Amino acid sequence: MTSLILLSVFGIVNLFLGFMKSKKVLMPMVLLFLVIALGATVMDWNQPQSYFNNMFTMDNYAVGFTAVMVLSTIFILPFSRSYGEREEANLAEYFSLMLFSLVGGVMMVGYENLLMLFVGIEIMSISMYILAGSDKRNLLSNEASMKYFLMGSFFTGIILFGVALLYGATGSFYLSEIASSAATLEPGNAPLLLMGLLLVLVGVTFKVGAAPFHFWTPDVYEGTPTLFTSYMSTVVKTAGIAAFYKLMSAAFGGVYEEWFPTVVAITVLTLLIGNIGAVAQTSMKRMLAYSSISHAGYLMIALTSFNDRSENALLFYSLAYSVATIAAFGILKYVADARGSDSYDAFNGLGKTNPLLGFVMTVAMLSLAGIPLTGGFFGKLFLFSAALEQGMLWLIVVAILMSAVGIYYYFRVIIAMYMKDPAGERVPVDAFATFTLISLLVLTVLMGIVPGLFNDLL
Amino acid sequence: MLTAILILWPAVAALLVLLVKGQGAKKIAFGAALVELVLGIYAWINFVPANPGTQFLLNLPWIETAGISFKVGMDGISLLMVLLTVFLIPLIILSTFKHTYDRPSSFYALILFMQSGLLGVFTSLDAFLFYFFWEVALIPIYFIAGLWGGENRIKVTFKFFLYTVFGSLFMLAAFVYLYFQTPGTHSSEEVVFYQLTLDAANQSWIFWFLFIAFAIKMPVFPFHTWQPDTYTEAPAAGTMLLSGIMLKMGIYGVLRWLLPVVPLGVSQWATVVLVLAIIGIVYGAIIAIRQHDLKRLIAFSSISHVGLIAAGLFTLNEQGLQGAMIQMLSHGVNVVGLFFIIDIIQSRTGTRDIAAMGGITQSAPFLTVCFMVLMLGAVALPLTNGFVGEFLLLMGVYQYNAWMGAVAGLTIILGAVYMLRMFQRVMFGEKNAITEVFTDLTFTEKAVLVPLVVMVFWIGLHPNTFLNISEPAILHLLDVIKR
Repeated sequence: MTSLILLSVFGIVNLFLGFMKSKKVLMPMVLLFLVIALGATVMDWNQPQSYFNNMFTMDNYAVGFTAVMVLSTIFILPFSRSYGEREEANLAEYFSLMLFSLVGGVMMVGYENLLMLFVGIEIMSISMYILAGSDKRNLLSNEASMKYFLMGSFFTGIILFGVALLYGATGSFYLSEIASSAATLEPGNAPLLLMGLLLVLVGVTFKVGAAPFHFWTPDVYEGTPTLFTSYMSTVVKTAGIAAFYKLMSAAFGGVYEEWFPTVVAITVLTLLIGNIGAVAQTSMKRMLAYSSISHAGYLMIALTSFNDRSENALLFYSLAYSVATIAAFGILKYVADARGSDSYDAFNGLGKTNPLLGFVMTVAMLSLAGIPLTGGFFGKLFLFSAALEQGMLWLIVVAILMSAVGIYYYFRVIIAMYMKDPAGERVPVDAFATFTLISLLVLTVLMGIVPGLFNDLL
Repeated sequence: MLTAILILWPAVAALLVLLVKGQGAKKIAFGAALVELVLGIYAWINFVPANPGTQFLLNLPWIETAGISFKVGMDGISLLMVLLTVFLIPLIILSTFKHTYDRPSSFYALILFMQSGLLGVFTSLDAFLFYFFWEVALIPIYFIAGLWGGENRIKVTFKFFLYTVFGSLFMLAAFVYLYFQTPGTHSSEEVVFYQLTLDAANQSWIFWFLFIAFAIKMPVFPFHTWQPDTYTEAPAAGTMLLSGIMLKMGIYGVLRWLLPVVPLGVSQWATVVLVLAIIGIVYGAIIAIRQHDLKRLIAFSSISHVGLIAAGLFTLNEQGLQGAMIQMLSHGVNVVGLFFIIDIIQSRTGTRDIAAMGGITQSAPFLTVCFMVLMLGAVALPLTNGFVGEFLLLMGVYQYNAWMGAVAGLTIILGAVYMLRMFQRVMFGEKNAITEVFTDLTFTEKAVLVPLVVMVFWIGLHPNTFLNISEPAILHLLDVIKR
C-alpha cells in the first residue's frame, strides 16, 4: 500500500520538478523515487494487508508483481538520457505519467474488486495513450497514440460492460463473492455470468496483446518512442497478465470448464500469430512487437493450471522476460538513434563495433528464445512444467514447436551482429546506460544459473 | 568434487582467455587444456573399474523446491567419454596453432567453454542438468562455426542450430513429462528415472521424443542432412569438435537417458531404428565414394560409421554396447586425425579437391605414415582401433539379426573402397603444380598426430585397457534395461 501512495505522491512532486531549468536532474530524481517505492514494496513482503473495504490487498502476489514492474521501470529509465540532453520540454510530464501508470499497474495486481481492476486499467492505459504519442513531430507516433487510444477505450468499454453483467449475475464486484456465487449459480443467471466473463476476458486479452485482439500491437509499438515501447511491452504486459491470472483463478476458478476451451484457443492462436508474424518482419522493432505477442501466449499457458507452481512460474517468467526485453529495446534505441534505422541491417557488425552491446543483446535474445544459461530457459521450463502437471501435453508440444520458430527470428539478430560486416561506426553509449545493460546481463545470467534465488517466492 | 572441478575448470579458463589480447590466447588455452588432461588422468588413476556404480559423486541442491539437483559423477561409461574429451581438446587447440584467427581470445574461450558443456553432459546425473549442459555445449560450437567458418557458414550453421534445438526441445518435453511421473515431490535424478515403470504406450512416444534429439545430434539417417554441410563449412577445429566429441553426446544420451529409461519403448522400436541405422551405413558409404571434396568425403564416411554405432546401441547385447563404447573412442581419434590432415593438406595446397592432388608421399613421408595409420584405423584393419569396435558392433548386430549383420558388414568393404581410393589419389601418383613444394609436418603438427597414432595402436592392440573400464557399467546398464 505504501508503494501505491508513494508512487502517486512522487508523480505529483515530479511534475513540479519540471519547472526547474535543467532537465538533467529529473532522471536521477525519478530513479530515487522508484528505488524508494521498490523498498516500500519489499517491506510489505509476508505482511498481507487489505485496504478500502477489502477492495485492494497487498499480499505476496501483489508485492511480487509490483516489484517486477517497479524494477523494470528502474531499468528502463537510464535509457532516457538522450531525452534529457535534448532538453525535452515535457520530460517531467513523461516521467510523471510513467509513475502514474505504475500506480494503475499496482492496482491491477492487488485488486480484490472488479471496480478496482477497472480503475487500475484506466489509470495505466490513459498514461500510455499519451506516452505513445509523445513524439509529436512523428506521424507514426501520432497514429500509434490515436490507434491505441481508440482501440483501448473501446475495449475498456467492453470490460466495463462485462463487469456490469457480472454484477447483474452475482450481485457483487468482489472476486471472492463472485467466486462463491459462480460456484452455486442459479440456472437463470448462468448466461449472464458467462457473457460477463467472456466480455471481461476479451477486454483483458486486448490489454495483454493476445490474439485475436493483438492487431494493434505492431503498429502501436512501432510508432511509440522506443523508451515507452519498452515500458509497454514489459510493465504493462506484466500488470495485464498478473491481473488476468488473478481474475481467472480467484473469481472463475470454479467455472474452469466453461472458459477453459476459450482460453486455450486464445493461447494457441497467440503463440502461432506471435511467432509466425515475427518471422516475417524486417524491422527489429516490429519483430520485438510480435515477440511480445508470442510471450503473452507463453504467459497465458499459466492460466491452464492453477497451482503454486504456475503462480511462481508466472512471476519468474515475467521477470526474465522483462529483463531481456528491456535490454533488447535499450540497445535497439541506441542503435536506431546512431544508425537511423530500426531494421535488422542496422545491427550488422554490432558485435565488432560494440562488443559489449553485442554480447548483452546476444544474451537477451538467447533468454527470449529460452536457451539455457539464461533466465528465459527456466521461465519456460517452469511454465511448461506447471501446465504439464495438469496434463496439457499437446499444448506444450505446440509451445515447443513455436519456441523453435522463435529461435529463427531471435537468431537473425545474432547473425546480423556477428556474421555481417559493420553497418556503421561504433554506436556511442553513455556510461550509465552501459552500467544498466551490465546489470540486466548479470540478472539474466543469474536467473539462468541459480534460478532457485527467484523461484518459489510466492 | 573432482567431477565438478573437471566441469568448472575449462569455464574458468575460458574467462581468463577472454582477457588475453592477441595470439597469446592460444597458448594459455592450450595450457588450460593440458591441466584439464592431467585432471582427467588423475580421475582415471583413482577410478575403481570393478565398481559399476557412480564414482566421484557430487550432489548439491540446485533448484531445491523443484527437486532438481546439481548431481554429477562418473561411472565407466562417463569416464571414457571424459577421457576422450580431455584427450582431444588439447590436440584440437594445438592443431590450430598455425592459423591466425581474428579475435583469437573469443575463439579459444569458446572452445574451452564448450569443453565445460561437454564434460557436464557426460557426467550429469540429473535430467535437467543434462539438458542444461546439452544446450550449453551447443552455443559455443554455433559461434565457432558461424564466425570462423567458410563462405556459406551463416546459412549452414543456422540450419544446424535450428535442427538440434528443435530436437532437444522434444527431449526437454519428455524429461518434464518423466519428471511428473516420479513419485512424491518429484525428482529428475537419473536413478529415479530408471525406477519409473510407465506403460508401453507412454514409453512409445517418449522414446521418439528422446530419440529425435539424440538422432539429430549423432546424426542417424534420416536426421543427418545438416551434417555434411556443417562439417564442410565449419573451421577445421570446429569440425573436429563436432565430429570428434559432440557427436558422442547423442550416442551417450541414448546409453544414459534412452535405453534404461524407456526399455519397453526401445523393444517396440529397436528394429525400426536398426533399419534406419543400417540404411545410413550403406547410404553414407555410397555417397562418400562419390565425393570430390576431402572434407565432405570424411563427413559422409562419418555418417556411415555412426550408423554402425547406433545399430550396436539398439541390439541391447553386451557386444553391441561395448562395441559402441570402444568405437566412440576410436571414431573420435580417427576422425579428428583425418580432419586435421585434411586441414594440413588444404593449407599447403589451397584446395580440398581430390582430383587436383597427387604425389604428396614423395615430399612428405611423415605425413604419409600418420595419414595411412589413421586411414587404416578408419577402415578397421586388424590391429588398429577401428577393428576392435567394428568387430564387436557387427557381432552385436549379427546376434540381433543375421541379415542385418550381413548388410551392416558392407561397411567394411565400402569403407575400404572410398578410403583407399581417396588415399591413392591424394598421396600417390605424379606430383603436380600444387603438390610440388609440399613440405612435411612441422613440430606442432607432429605433436598433434603422434598421440593420435599412438592411440590407434593402443586401442587396437590392447583394447582391454578401455573395455575393462566400461564393462561393469555396461553390464549394470543391461541389468537395468532388462529389469
